[in-house]
Amino acid sequence: MPVSDLMQLAAELIFLGSVATAFVGAAIAIFNPILIRGIAGLALSFLGVAGIYYFLSSPFLTFMQVLIYIGAICVTLVFAVMLAGNGAEKKPEKRKPLPTLMAALACSAFTGFLLYAALTAQWKAAPSTQLDGSPGRIGEAFLSTYSMSFELISVVLVVAMIGALLLSRDGRDKQ
Amino acid sequence: MNFIHLSLQLETYLVIGTLLFGLGLLGMVLHRTFIGMLIASEIVLSGASINFMAFGHFLADDRTTGQIATLFIMAIAAAEAVIALSIIVVVYRSYRTIDTDAPAEHQG
Repeated sequence: MPVSDLMQLAAELIFLGSVATAFVGAAIAIFNPILIRGIAGLALSFLGVAGIYYFLSSPFLTFMQVLIYIGAICVTLVFAVMLAGNGAEKKPEKRKPLPTLMAALACSAFTGFLLYAALTAQWKAAPSTQLDGSPGRIGEAFLSTYSMSFELISVVLVVAMIGALLLSRDGRDKQ
Repeated sequence: MNFIHLSLQLETYLVIGTLLFGLGLLGMVLHRTFIGMLIASEIVLSGASINFMAFGHFLADDRTTGQIATLFIMAIAAAEAVIALSIIVVVYRSYRTIDTDAPAEHQG
């Protein structure tokens, strides 16, 4: 077997590892009733997704995924669990089997429909030449083509921050 | 489908994105607490991002488009997490629990 084939095989194994990480993490996040473990599973899932981004030739997005999702959102979620308790002290009551089964069936049916649509649709043919997606070109696009959306996103973030401050101010006044 | 070149095919990424989306959807239905639902919604957004990235990488004329859509989704997810968590903290202060059933008395 030539060296290039071996390299391709190794890359493929790493890709499958990323995918497995993403799915195992997501399963832990969803099926574990203890919230802090769910958040750890979520971080694992985000790490796997970051690996998948790397295979889509976007190291920039890989780093952003790790920085923003694992570094910021998961830590914020841990803070919320610390403030509000993680549900471990109270035994979760047994789920009724029928609604759980119906929920699983409905979600599986919807996912199956999406899978069918994704795999049978006739996507347009891949273009012969593609402009590259380097971070420099992303920055240029943000400040030219997408400048309006870029500004609106910053407004959304400011509104979210002010909203969070307003919501959490009440409790402080009472104390 | 060629299994040695799995990572070089659009369909692989579409399947991964769809399955993550479905798992997140199931989690949103099954979880009883607000934070659990928030975790599941993050997984839904991950699935959507993978779809955007895959189409941007394989089919778009300009490879930046998918990455930019994903960056926007990240910003929206951050804003959503902040607002949802502050609402959770307020609900916890009022009801001493983060179960979704607790604030049901507010229904119209």
